[in-house]
Amino acid sequence: MAERSFKTEVQKLRLGAGEEFRGEGILAVTKALLQSGVSYVAGYQGAPISHLMDVLADANDILEDLGVHFEHSASEATATATLAASVHTPLRGAVTFKSTVGTNVASDALANLASGGVTGGALIIVGEDYGEGSSIMQERSHAFAMKSQVWLLDPRPNLPSIVRAVEQGFELSEATHTPVMLELRIRACHVHGSFVASDNVRPTYTLKDAIERPVRDTSRIVLPPASYLHEQEKITQRWPAALRFIRERGLNERFAADVRDFGIILQGGMYNGVLRALQLLGLADAFGESQVPLYVLNVTYPIVPDELAEFCAGKRAVLIVEEGQPDFIEQNIVTLLRRADLQTRVHGKDCLPMAGEYTGGVLRDGLRKFVERVAPDMLAERATPVAAAPAPAVQAAAQQVHPRPPSFCTGCPERPIFTALKLVERELGPHHVSCDIGCHLFSILPPFEVGATTMGYGLGWAGAAALNTRETSKRTISFMGDGGFWHNGLTSGVGNAVFNKTDNVLVVVDNSYSAATGGQDVLSSRADNPIRATRNPIEKAVRGVGVEWVRTVTHTYSIAEMRDTLREALTTKESGPKVVIAQSECMLNRQRREKPKFRALVKSGGRAVRERFGVDPDTCTGDHSCIRLSGCPSLTIRDNPDPLRTDPIASVIDSCVGCGLCGEVAHAAVLCPSFYRAQLIHNPTGWDRFVAGMRRAVIGFFQRRIERRLAGIAA
Amino acid sequence: MNAASASAPRSINIAILAMGGEGGGVLADWIVDLAEHAGWTAQTTSVPGVAQRTGATIYYVEIFPRVGDGRVPVLALMPFPGEVDVVVASELMESGRALQRGLVTADRTTLVASTHRVYSMTEKMAMGDGRVDADTLVTAGREAAKRAVFADFARAAEDAGSVIGAALFGALAGAGCLPFTRSDFEDAVRRAGVGVDASLKAFAAGFALATAPAAAPIAAVDAKPAPTVGPRLAPLAQRVRDTFPAACVATILHGCLRLADYQDIAYAADYVARLEHLQGATTDARLLDTVARHLALWMSYEDTIRVADLKTRASRFERVRGEVRQRPDQLLGIGEFLHPRVQEIADTLPAGLGRWLLATDWARRTVARFASKGRVVQTSSIRGFLLLYVVASMRRFRRASLRFANEHARIATWLALVADTAQRDLELAIAVAECQRLVKGYGDTHVRGTTNYTTLIAQVPVLVGRAGAANVLRQLRDAALADEHGTKLAAAIAALATAATA
Repeated sequence: MAERSFKTEVQKLRLGAGEEFRGEGILAVTKALLQSGVSYVAGYQGAPISHLMDVLADANDILEDLGVHFEHSASEATATATLAASVHTPLRGAVTFKSTVGTNVASDALANLASGGVTGGALIIVGEDYGEGSSIMQERSHAFAMKSQVWLLDPRPNLPSIVRAVEQGFELSEATHTPVMLELRIRACHVHGSFVASDNVRPTYTLKDAIERPVRDTSRIVLPPASYLHEQEKITQRWPAALRFIRERGLNERFAADVRDFGIILQGGMYNGVLRALQLLGLADAFGESQVPLYVLNVTYPIVPDELAEFCAGKRAVLIVEEGQPDFIEQNIVTLLRRADLQTRVHGKDCLPMAGEYTGGVLRDGLRKFVERVAPDMLAERATPVAAAPAPAVQAAAQQVHPRPPSFCTGCPERPIFTALKLVERELGPHHVSCDIGCHLFSILPPFEVGATTMGYGLGWAGAAALNTRETSKRTISFMGDGGFWHNGLTSGVGNAVFNKTDNVLVVVDNSYSAATGGQDVLSSRADNPIRATRNPIEKAVRGVGVEWVRTVTHTYSIAEMRDTLREALTTKESGPKVVIAQSECMLNRQRREKPKFRALVKSGGRAVRERFGVDPDTCTGDHSCIRLSGCPSLTIRDNPDPLRTDPIASVIDSCVGCGLCGEVAHAAVLCPSFYRAQLIHNPTGWDRFVAGMRRAVIGFFQRRIERRLAGIAA
Repeated sequence: MNAASASAPRSINIAILAMGGEGGGVLADWIVDLAEHAGWTAQTTSVPGVAQRTGATIYYVEIFPRVGDGRVPVLALMPFPGEVDVVVASELMESGRALQRGLVTADRTTLVASTHRVYSMTEKMAMGDGRVDADTLVTAGREAAKRAVFADFARAAEDAGSVIGAALFGALAGAGCLPFTRSDFEDAVRRAGVGVDASLKAFAAGFALATAPAAAPIAAVDAKPAPTVGPRLAPLAQRVRDTFPAACVATILHGCLRLADYQDIAYAADYVARLEHLQGATTDARLLDTVARHLALWMSYEDTIRVADLKTRASRFERVRGEVRQRPDQLLGIGEFLHPRVQEIADTLPAGLGRWLLATDWARRTVARFASKGRVVQTSSIRGFLLLYVVASMRRFRRASLRFANEHARIATWLALVADTAQRDLELAIAVAECQRLVKGYGDTHVRGTTNYTTLIAQVPVLVGRAGAANVLRQLRDAALADEHGTKLAAAIAALATAATA
């Protein structure tokens, strides 16, 4: 089950015509899908579209009522291939994933889908993970739309516009027999707003119809000669149809189009930022009333030449606000204006930066630069505040600010794996470590600083494939999460290693969830899931593809076992691929499940034991070795209470969940005796109290003797 | 702002800088609910992503008064530097991050920040003290903002049994920077319906902190007061007061207390005698104070006896009870993670026997078999307690132990070196005394510290007579504390050797 429950939000999906929907952008998309009469939805979770998947999972009964099939796809390629259902039939379908990483994975299916085209509306909702908060390489989905000739929607980031884009996207797809991509940036996915809902629509043509009356048409299949025809069809039929639809239905918007002889052409997603920048320059009011003509591209691919020419005609200059690189739209517009023989000067990446997110400050500066060039008098009367250099005190403070990247949570079962690896490396020296995508990638940051490369989701072992030679007995170590393993790692990593006779080591971090994307279930999850088949062990899969040497550690917190297993994998005489499955449940999910249970047990008067760790301040000497081997957020530092010492001591704060790692590290690394484990017994039994009484009597006797020895020393 | 736009309605912009998992999203949702209920238009957005895993993250809210004509404002999805009315920082370094990003400006920003620290990994990992200076962050916040509200909202929330978001929401109400009443705020908390009572309690605490008159900054107390001693230590304390400069009495008395507690009164007297001996070589108060501090720490080296002693005391049981917040109807178990090795066992034995054990292969191996694994000793059980009690009572044989002999030999060498160096370079002598700071910890940590200490001390003869020798030694010490593998120290020593030959 996912990390966040959407049980209350899900009820919003039932809203009918005229009712106000309030919520997150990505939830609005979900509602819009149901209003559009979608027959199936699939996807692969990942920020910023995880919530879309999680909401649908929680809404499964509503979906079933509407006859909508919902899948957690094995990968983005699977999700996109799912859209094949709309190739021959009028079924409407939508898939969603994080982009560009997901689009990279999906591109084979996307290219095949786009070649033959679709009959029913096919919508691909991509969460554009770009700029602040992004966890991936900085690229654009735009390139995929161009290369496969699919249309790209980039609506203004408000809920009514986003909902309209979903509905129009299906129609555009059907009108042009082309899949449509809907691009939503991170903040648009998470923006809170409202729109007026319509009724949900149950599709008239159903999945049942499609299964029972199969349709085939070889002209839609990518095989010569059809594939050559597809390319022609894209250009001669689908493309003009798209231009017609976009223009006739007014998908792009123009504001104050003729009030000046210059204007701004912007991606829909940039609208709110551009308007605020104009407002700050005194060129717009708070309600979007602009004094500068605006041409808002809610469809960023294709650009409609006639519309563009109309906007540019009579204008000296336009500024193109296009986030990211390369400047596809700018190049496109320059070409179109040349062809139309319009002399409008094109500004864009000369005023705004070529690379990087268009944040508030960047937009304001870029727009000012443009207006200074084309109409300096409009700015002249306004005091354009020049950012003063920050005061020395502020500079001093800014220099003290450390980056604070995400890290392993309190009690995370993955941390001990890397602690064990660090201990093994103390014995065997450093190893080449190939990383994957997932929470375990936090190992590359302090305090572990383990890992040399990461080549993509599920590609941890593939990333070490070349480092395979008989000239050394030293082995490489690769990591892979359970998410990446099932996504493709089983074949791209494990199968590849078996087939190519590697002698190296893979550690599969099996925490029962696709944890980094929000704790969704995967095949090997150990909890029951009413709508998915779980409990398929990774070990079985690994053995199934031919790995002989497999060790499963079922309690990663046991550092000694983890360390010994890693050492064995790195040193065993046995040749062939070695797989260590490090298995312990994601603590975030475990606590979410166990905490309420614990509270209920205590409340009902049942005996319950809570464990947590602590550090004795008088034996801790403030070296912080323990922190360098753990990095737990609950293990921190505080002032040294000792009047003779200055270095801060280690300290365990109350958020400790008692995972046991601190004690294990103290033992395995022979660190220091300062750690203690406290067991707090709630609702003790009569026997508990009897034993405690006996202990108190005996221990108290000796403790009084200690006190007598110390009496009279301190005042 | 020109005249025309100053009168035009505009949004109130609020940035919340928090760390993932802290409830910054809940705080943003409360603000949205508060504004919407008051008839305002509100928009919030965030970029949580993986930042939810304890990373720094920003939640951004804009609210706008509803206008009668049905026009809808266009609200921004991210803060524009210089255009933020309220910055809420859930932690002190995060307030620094707001300054770094230019979100706090003197013309309009109210900064509400909690002064507690959640240390960054860089600060926590340092082998010594890697913490940044909190005062710098607070001072800069006060200087940069139109108005700054700094208080420990984390503690206020904890005392109320709630989360920091609730206390910060209260502070936001108290700061009076939003056009809503206190009860408007509280109603938003009630409507959310989760943990309402605790949240309102934390809210009230936050409100009170924000409305309290700013407390005068507490001047740093540098001069530590001398501790008062008990009757058994009184004669020795008098001797200290009579013999030493006033400036180092406090430190020496702390040392006496520590050593009497560690061993006995005679041991404390031995400590004083060594300092008196040093006084023959130097009368400099700073040097005496430094040596007094480090000598006390060295003479109270952490051995198994000391650890067992500290862990069995009633005061320690009391402290643990407080730390885990044990209630009277609950019971407490305490387990210690101990891992004595052959070395520590030999250390505790009489010196001759200890040396024999370490030098005799079969004996060593036999003992190692019992000491190869760490064990958890349940101090709260009779068995575990008595085990540690017995180890602690070996204190009376400590003076004969191998460790005692080794440490005291090193102490004697160190003291002689300090006294000798003081004749030629007082500052260097102080730096030599400070090198004791490297020797700390247990097991491998202690071995590493001792090795670094030896390396540094070996440089002293080379350094004597050179200008700025003390600084060089201190730089070497910092290099020793820079990384675990001694890379920086080795490089620093190599550089020193090159400089010497050049």
